[in-house]
Amino acid sequence: MTHRASGSRTLKVDALARVEGEGAMHVEIRDGVVHDVRLRIYEPPRFFEAFLRGRAYTEPPDITARICGICPVAYQMSACAAIEDACGVEVPAPIAALRRLLYCGEWIESHALHVHLLHAPDFLGYEGAIDMAEHHRAEIKRGLELKKIGNELIELIGGRAIHPVNVRVGGFYRTPTRRELRAFAPRLERAAELAREVVRWVAGFGFPEHEGDWELAALRHPGEYPITRGRLVSTRGLDIAAHEFEAHVVEEQVPHSTALHAHLLERGEYLVGPLARFALNFDALDPVARDAATEAGIGPGERNPFRSVVVRAVEILHACAEALRLIERYEEPDRPAVEVAPRAGVGHGWTEAPRGMLWHRYELDERGTILDARIVPPTAQNQPSIEHDLFHFVERNVDLPDEELARRAEVVIRNYDPCISCATHFLDLTVDRR
Amino acid sequence: MSTATRRPTLAVWKFASCDGCQLTLLDCEDELLAIADAVEVAYFLEATRATVEGPYDLSLVEGSVTTPADAERIRSVRAASRRLVTIGACATAGGIQALRNFADVEEYLGIVYATPSYIETLSTSTPIAAHVPVDFELRGCPIDRGQLLEVVNAFLNGRAPEIRAHSVCVECKARGNVCVTVAHGTACLGPITHAGCGALCPSYHRGCYGCFGPSESADPRALGDELRRRGTDDVDLVRMLRTFNAAADAFRAESTRLERAPR
Repeated sequence: MTHRASGSRTLKVDALARVEGEGAMHVEIRDGVVHDVRLRIYEPPRFFEAFLRGRAYTEPPDITARICGICPVAYQMSACAAIEDACGVEVPAPIAALRRLLYCGEWIESHALHVHLLHAPDFLGYEGAIDMAEHHRAEIKRGLELKKIGNELIELIGGRAIHPVNVRVGGFYRTPTRRELRAFAPRLERAAELAREVVRWVAGFGFPEHEGDWELAALRHPGEYPITRGRLVSTRGLDIAAHEFEAHVVEEQVPHSTALHAHLLERGEYLVGPLARFALNFDALDPVARDAATEAGIGPGERNPFRSVVVRAVEILHACAEALRLIERYEEPDRPAVEVAPRAGVGHGWTEAPRGMLWHRYELDERGTILDARIVPPTAQNQPSIEHDLFHFVERNVDLPDEELARRAEVVIRNYDPCISCATHFLDLTVDRR
Repeated sequence: MSTATRRPTLAVWKFASCDGCQLTLLDCEDELLAIADAVEVAYFLEATRATVEGPYDLSLVEGSVTTPADAERIRSVRAASRRLVTIGACATAGGIQALRNFADVEEYLGIVYATPSYIETLSTSTPIAAHVPVDFELRGCPIDRGQLLEVVNAFLNGRAPEIRAHSVCVECKARGNVCVTVAHGTACLGPITHAGCGALCPSYHRGCYGCFGPSESADPRALGDELRRRGTDDVDLVRMLRTFNAAADAFRAESTRLERAPR
């Protein structure tokens, strides 16, 4: 039923349409046996990869930010990395550090949103954060405070929390002073304190027995938890650079979705995101975050997707600790940006969005006009794994009434924090039982 | 609620968009719980799976219309809403996805999808007001949090929102910024762009890129002449006008004129 298209056209992906908005699940059951489970995403296509053609090489950070209002910094950072790669430029360490600091803000904001407003109500039995707040007001307030501090960090460096204006190819338009950043440190100390409480809180949720057997893939770079750079490694021995990604991953269009499905060639499904980062980089976590994880009872062998909520909380704590360290060591760059002169060529870049690895590729002509663009977001990579997990989940719970089956399936999907989880009641379940 | 008064109902709807404008509501961290106390959040899928049947006192609509199904859906949203406010550049101008309006959507489909026939899409991305009457349009890509609170507050209290339609230049002056165009020759859309961001880009030493769309009485042609004298060419001018508000009347008319003008 999946359509495997041949030739280079398979590689052309609309990164945007498939990751947000609404989806549906279709389940086919024949004589009590699950025949097919399809997660359908019907977010209308927005065609970013098409209209990027003909644009200037300086424009993707602003344009691709608009793919996602929840993780615009991830799009800006992957775009900059790919375009600078095409132009043969490496930004100086102080600019790289400032980018990482900005990205920490997005991790804090995005994870705090998911943990508190989207995911926690599932574990505590509420429809959403609003009715949950009637009985858990303090926890929701704590989550909102944490989210606010993440947004403040993005605003401090990026100008605004959604679609920051200060990011450009080569660096920034204006870099903050040491003094400005130092003044923010107490806010991050407060956030770290809150994050420690959040780890303890979510570790106490009830988790169903559930284990995934996917290949986990995440960036890895010596001496740091992966955010802005690294090679893509996996739990089954994958180890590639950004320019090798295309040779290892194939994307297929399936009839039931505007999102494309990504597979590793000759290996199959794989999973990116917090669980994968955590499994592959546990040793690189800030000691404070590592200790909190250990105390919460999770380690690099964790494979229960329901516990991803704990991993996200641990990553919030890591991002706070890392941001504090980056501020401590911050040196104002000589110039806010280095010059990036255009040249003909192809560039690849990837970074770790809160939801997992996000890959960009641009082909430029000698004047810097974009000839071709390709973007592979985390949700496109995870969708086959999510479907696989859903299939087994439905198999084990085939006797549940439809409404209960739908509710629990939603929770399974939300474990992966796909961009479609913005819509918490996205699952329009149709069960075809014969 | 202990009082007998019914709380007004609020619904938030999404069409083609990035979710950023409805996220702005969740980004009102200090006010969110107070809002949830003051109104009944009757439909807001980004925040809750619980839904209440319409009609709704106030509907906030994010996103543009890009599919036949959405062109139908917006009509039922309108019918179920006493007041309907569109939020953000997608809903008020068609958004970045309206770049298809200047191109061949069949070609776009071929670039992105191996099997375009599986995809149902319209050849244009259009603002909500092109389909149904709209009570107020709040601009921005993304919208400003303070302005969103003002609009929600105004509508729930039956008064007109205090949102000024002058240009970013006014905000820049109020902020005491040095003009980036005059001082550094930086191409800036501030003189023709709707206020609301607080002159963010010039404050970060870059030119305004027009994410709030055209201001009232915007004159893009006059600005183009000025920027051209300072070294911006027509290709760049067209690109500047064709971003998140490309299909807004004043921006569209000028970019189309420039594209057709002999070089």
